[in-house]
Amino acid sequence: MQTTTADNRAPAADSTGRTAAAQDEETCLEVKGLNLYYGETQALKNIDMHIPRRKVTAFIGPSGCGKSTLLRCFNRMNDLVDGVRVEGEILLDGQNIYAPSVQVAQLRQRIGMVFQKPNPFPKSIYENVAYGLRLQGVKSRRRLDEVVEKALRGAALWDEVKDRLHENALGMSGGQQQRLVIARAIAVEPEVLLLDEPASALDPISTLKIEELIYELKSRYTIVIVTHNMQQAARVSDYTAFMYLGELIEHNDTNTIFTNPGEKMTEDYITGRYG
Amino acid sequence: MSELHIGQHISRQYNEELEDVRSRVLAMGGLVEQQLQDALTSLVERDGNLAVKVIENDHKVNAMEVAIDEECNTILARRQPAASDLRLVVAVIKTITDLERIGDEAERIARMALELASEERTVKLLVRIATMGRHVREMVRGALDAFAHLDTDKAVEIWGRDRHVDEEYESLMRELMTFMMEDPRTIPSILETIFSIRALERIGDRATNICEYVIYLVKGKDVRHTKVTNEQKDTRP
Repeated sequence: MQTTTADNRAPAADSTGRTAAAQDEETCLEVKGLNLYYGETQALKNIDMHIPRRKVTAFIGPSGCGKSTLLRCFNRMNDLVDGVRVEGEILLDGQNIYAPSVQVAQLRQRIGMVFQKPNPFPKSIYENVAYGLRLQGVKSRRRLDEVVEKALRGAALWDEVKDRLHENALGMSGGQQQRLVIARAIAVEPEVLLLDEPASALDPISTLKIEELIYELKSRYTIVIVTHNMQQAARVSDYTAFMYLGELIEHNDTNTIFTNPGEKMTEDYITGRYG
Repeated sequence: MSELHIGQHISRQYNEELEDVRSRVLAMGGLVEQQLQDALTSLVERDGNLAVKVIENDHKVNAMEVAIDEECNTILARRQPAASDLRLVVAVIKTITDLERIGDEAERIARMALELASEERTVKLLVRIATMGRHVREMVRGALDAFAHLDTDKAVEIWGRDRHVDEEYESLMRELMTFMMEDPRTIPSILETIFSIRALERIGDRATNICEYVIYLVKGKDVRHTKVTNEQKDTRP
């Protein structure tokens, strides 16, 4: 009887009992034994996970579960918060990003981040996108023009703004601003894009444009997205990680998570039941 | 996730919608079971009136299928169910399709019964058909029980019984073939009989389908067309 009723979930669970996702995928980011404390409070508890390259990984979970904290660890945004202590390692292409030799500014060129609220600089559209390159010391006008156009095209914004590149970015709509911020992030050719609730302040159409953009961007970048919108996670991601109270409960391919999750807590959360 | 827990949604209304769709499937199943029983009785007892009643009632089964289908569409559109809720809605949509077809087969048997009501036939043959009919009806009831109680053990057990129904079908066919060879005048009425037992055999297959949906619903495992299916059937006594 057991043979017919046994689970056919793949991939198999690892020794910690969690389903290990992405076993066949090339790893881009690897989290090893990560603990994070805000003062006395432990916000992340012994996280181990692999983030596959050029795939979209979504973090879901209730407020306060640590998903944004974990996302911010990937480009060391938590360094800026007082009283934060991080244990464990995060390897980007095998190199620990918390090693003393790592320069945070360089790290953030390789791992770009986009926040919930669009935060363009109060400058022109052009200057917003060119900002990272100017920081790197690029002065050639032609080179800047090239990169700005490529980044705006990459963010599916070029056709909408090509005739007003020198207007103030703050005059754009929220959805356009968010795509501008993504263009700014990809202008410096990062490997990884971290998106923290990138569409939660946008209307449904702008949200769909961002989701479409994510789909296009994943052919070139590894994308990690935090979202409260489970349907969004289901639509855009290849892998989904469910977190609860600072722990990684389940990490598996998105189809499995949304049709046949391995853990009751995941099931309760995604179906809207009491946990 | 071997335990399915319908209910306990934060949205009580959503709970009620899912419960409602489930209980309507069971109501539809009850009606289909009754139709099958009446069709068999009308065939075996040559009761033309009962056969007419079965034929007239088929539209009720059809109407239930349409109504449940619509309710499922509404849940899909408005609730975007996930995980076990999604599997429930998908299993329901498939189950009612098979139930409706079982209803059609019952109607077909009733039409045969009407044709055959005036014919003389050997009691022995009618007993054999009645026996096969009872086995098939038990499969339908068992599949609906498994659905009602989300009981995968029961589903697997019922599933295994289909092989015996298939064997009964083949053995009856051989016998009917012999009759036709012995006396060609019996061919028209025997052809009608063959259509009835063919309908019964198909009902067994559809009950098996429902068992597969129950396993999918509870375990999230699609066992259709799998080797496991056959192995499991073969291990049954």
